[in-house]
Order: sequence, then structure tokens, then C-alpha cells
Amino acid sequence: MANVSTLNATGAAIDAVRTEIAAGPRGKKPKKVLSGRNVMIYGILGLAALYYLLPLYVMVVTSLKGMPEVRLGNIFSPPMEITFEPWVKAWAEACTGLNCDGLSRGFWNSVRILVPSVIVSIAVASVSGYALANWRFKGSELFFSVLIIGAFIPYQVMIYPLVIILREIGIYGSLTGLVIVHTIFGMPILTLLFRNYFAGLPEELFKAARIDGAGFWQIYGRIMLPMSLPIFVVAIIIQVTGIWNDFLFGVVFTRPDTYPMTVQLNNIVNSVQGVKEYNVNMAATLLTGAVPLIVYFVSGRLFVRGIAAGAVKG
Amino acid sequence: MSRTVPSATPSRPLPKSSGRPNQLFRNLNSKIALTPMILVAAVVFFGGTIWTVIYSFTNSRLLPRASFVGFDQYERLWASSRWIISIQNLLVYGILSLIFSLVVGFVLAALMDQKIRFESAFRTIFLYPFALSFIVTGLVWQWILNPEFGVQGIVRSLGWTSFTFDPLYNPDIVIYGILIAGLWQGTGLVMCLMLAGLRGIDEDIWKAARVDGIPMWRTYIFVVIPMMRPVFITTLVLIGSGIVKLYDLVVAQTSGGPGNASEVPAKYVYDYMFQAQNLGQGFAASTMMLLTVAIIIIPWAYLEFGGKKRG
Repeated sequence: MANVSTLNATGAAIDAVRTEIAAGPRGKKPKKVLSGRNVMIYGILGLAALYYLLPLYVMVVTSLKGMPEVRLGNIFSPPMEITFEPWVKAWAEACTGLNCDGLSRGFWNSVRILVPSVIVSIAVASVSGYALANWRFKGSELFFSVLIIGAFIPYQVMIYPLVIILREIGIYGSLTGLVIVHTIFGMPILTLLFRNYFAGLPEELFKAARIDGAGFWQIYGRIMLPMSLPIFVVAIIIQVTGIWNDFLFGVVFTRPDTYPMTVQLNNIVNSVQGVKEYNVNMAATLLTGAVPLIVYFVSGRLFVRGIAAGAVKG
Repeated sequence: MSRTVPSATPSRPLPKSSGRPNQLFRNLNSKIALTPMILVAAVVFFGGTIWTVIYSFTNSRLLPRASFVGFDQYERLWASSRWIISIQNLLVYGILSLIFSLVVGFVLAALMDQKIRFESAFRTIFLYPFALSFIVTGLVWQWILNPEFGVQGIVRSLGWTSFTFDPLYNPDIVIYGILIAGLWQGTGLVMCLMLAGLRGIDEDIWKAARVDGIPMWRTYIFVVIPMMRPVFITTLVLIGSGIVKLYDLVVAQTSGGPGNASEVPAKYVYDYMFQAQNLGQGFAASTMMLLTVAIIIIPWAYLEFGGKKRG
């Protein structure tokens, strides 16, 4: 009897071990955690991470300090007294020239530029990419090559002719003009992106739809669009960050009352008049960086994919 | 709706008497849909560039005028000390940022590729500056490098009172101050591209190297890096064409100062076109920028697309 009970006990123990083995290893690998190799790898990566995080930290810390504390010195020390006044001031009171209604004006200008630019540029580019991938005709590849080469031409070369064109049409200086400019310069990369994506879809789908009698727009709307949600998200990420961060087009193609946020930010911080309020400047800088940062942190992996898509070649 | 069958070989000769619609109306909807792209490619990219190059040979000032003066604008350009400084700055910035971002980007990517923990956290940290605009980047680093409150001030307050590190106020080293900010913004991208390249290397290569007893660093230098040549070239072209466009960062961080010690070509173009009302100079300078990009791009495009036909 005793034998059976010990047997049972060992059996139970064996079973327990078995399930444990089946569940796979638990906890850390039984490797030396503090091997010299690991210390080096994590040490270097940690130091690099510190260098990358430092500016963000400095921005946040400075923007939460009062001016007397900023003048006291150390930009790295955390604020002794947290104040949100610089943020309020940056948003609503900071001056550029004679206007003293803060960055809010630039923010809303940027939103008014961003929304139509993103929609129009993606609409045009996705249709172009679709036509190039599935409906080629004589010369279409040639124009596509010119477009891609155009992506490498410095903007400075094409800016002035564009100013003349927009002036002739009568929309130079307006938000509409800037939307058109963003659409134009977003086209190469976006068209490339969509063309490659559509070309990668199974051709049978397209052929089947053709046999069923669907036309150009029908195939686009009913087959291509529903299948390409991820690439649209990638395109939106590229465009939102790109257009929001633009400075050159903003400064060339708008007037002071329609300046986008980046241009206004630069004017606020680098204005020569008045006392420099570093905490307000940093709050304003953070506010301007907030939109792309939020896009970045929310989109995560897709952002990386967007960058990679921007980087891949034809 | 056009009912012609799209063909993969668009230039296929058609029998004359087939009664099919005219070549012009083939894929008509596609042509209509591509009109904006064709217009942009032909008018803005192609036409605009040619226009600027042509007008760089005129003496246009406030408005473009078609009175040609030969290479006058270019002679004036290369005689201008501000342009020479711009070119020197671009060279220093360009070469150093190429070297540093490739080396740092590759080393970081190689470290990230060692099956480490928190890989995505590290990647998020290294890449976030790339989401920020150059204006934001420039203004942050302007503040960190502020001699009174920034790095220099802190080291001095720790007791080393003769410590000097004020790149933004010293004409001799101002370009390095901009380089620090530029690298902070852009290395994450290089790291990401390199990491993607490293992940594309076959596991078996590593196994073979380990079996042969080749140390890891040698495998990297003699096997992996040569295998990653396409990635390196793409990265090189990306960084290179980005460097030529360097503009916002300088405007935000130093406005070209102190004096004109941190001027760059793109800023020269903008200032002459839109502020100094000397269009001819602006056109000539921008044509030089175009030439620089062409020197970078053409050999690459030749290598990349010259040999094999791509569809």
C-alpha cells in the first residue's frame, strides 16, 4: 500500500514536471545576464537612448518652469514649481510682429492647410498609382519616370515658376495655393507608394472584374479601395507629418496671416524684439511638435513602414 | 467606360484594319485620371526646372526678364564670399553627417540585431526625432547649446569655469552645432534602414561564419556589409539628397549666423529670390543645387536602373 502511495506521489510529481516542460521554459534564459557582451550592448544602447531623449526632456522641463527659475541656470534640473503658464502664453498670447494672439492662429492655419492637402494629395496619388499599375498606356511609364526624378530635384529650382503660375491663376498667398503646392510635391512619393502596392495585388482579381464588365472607376472603388486600407493609413501618416512639418512652402506660398504653425513658431522664438522667454519658447516648440509626435506614437509600426516605403526604390 | 483590354505591353503594334478604337482613346479613363500627374510632371517638374535654368542666364532682378547676360550670374555667384561659405558649410556638414549617420546608424542597428530585450522601445526612442520638423529640432538644440543656460553653463557651474562649448556663437565651429542637431534628427532613420537590411541577411550566413570560427566583427565587415551594398547605396542617396536641401534647420537654429558663418546654399537661394529681389542670383544658385543633386543621383540611377530593365 505504501508503495502505491509513493508511486502515486512520484507520478503526480512527474506529471507536474511534464506539464511544466510542455509549457516551455519559464523566466529568464539561464544565461549570465551580466556578461561583458550584454553590458556593452545595453550600455551603448542606453547611452544613445539618453542622447535621443535628452532634448525632449529638456523641452518638457523648461516649459514647466517659471522664468525666474529658468534664469537660475540648470536646464536639466526638474522644475521646483510646476507652472502651466508658459503653455497658456505660448498658445494664446505670444507675439509675432504686431499679432499677439499666440500660436493658436498658426495651429488653426496648419489644420486648415493639412486637412485638404492630405485628402486631395492622397486622392490624386491613389488614382494615379492605380492607373499606372493596372491601366498602362504608351508613355505612362515615361511620365512616371519624370515624376520620380522630380522627387529628387531641389524644391528651390521649381519654386519660382510655381509662384508665377499661382500668381497668374490668382491664388498665390492663399491657403488654396498652398494646398495645391503640397499636393504637387507629395505626388511622386505617394504615387510610387500606391503604384507599388496596387501592382502587388493579385492580377486575377483585376482580370475577373474586367470580365464581369467593371470599368476603370468601378474597379477602383469596389475592389482596389477596400483592399488597400493599410497603404492609405501609411500614406496619411507620411502626409500628415510631412505637411505639418513643412517650413519652406509655408514661408514662400503664404502671407503672415495665413502662416502655418512652423513658420509662426520660428518667428516667435527667433524674434529679436522683447525679452526672451525661454519657457514660453519651449512650450511653443512642444506644441508644434505635438501633432507629429502623437501620430508617431499612435501609429508605431506603421510609421516605420511609411518611412521604409518612402525609402524603397522604384 | 473604355472596354479595351489593358495590356501589359502597351506598345504592341495593332493591325491597321482591326476596327479597334484609335490608339489615342485606348484606356481613355486611365489617361483622364493621370492628367493631373502628367501635368505636374511635365509643367512643374520638367518645365519649371528648365525655366529656372534658362532664367539663370538673365539679369532678372525684381521680376524675371528675358535679357540674357551669359554666365554673368554664375561669375558673380562664385565671386561672392557668402556663396563660398555656403558651399564650404554644405561640404563639411554633408561629409560629416554622411560618415556619422552611416557609422552610428549601422552600429546601433547591429546592436539592435543581437536579439535584445526592449527592441521596440529602443527603436521608438531612436526614431522619434525623425517625426519632428527641422524647425522644432533647431529650436531645441538652440536652447540646449545656449552658452548661458545650456551645456556650457552647467559644466561651468560644476566648477570648471573655463569650459567653453558655444558652437552657435562661434563662427569657426557653428556648423558642428548644426551637425549635432541634424544627426539627432536623422540617425534614427538610417538605423531603421540598416536594421531592415540586416534582417534581410540569411541566417545561414551567420551559421556558416560561426562554424568557420570567424569572429563576429570580421563577419560584419567582410561578409555582411558587402552583402548590404544596396541598402547602403539607397541610404547614401537618401541622406545625400536630403543634405543638399538643408534649410529649415539652419534658419531655426542660427538664422545663418553669427554673421554669415552658417549660411547654406538653399538659404542663399531663398534670400536672393524672395528678400534681396535679385532673382538672377537666386536662379543661378538653385541651378548649382540642381547640378549637385544630379551629380549624386545620375551615377546611382545608372547603377540601379541602367543594367536591367524594370517594369
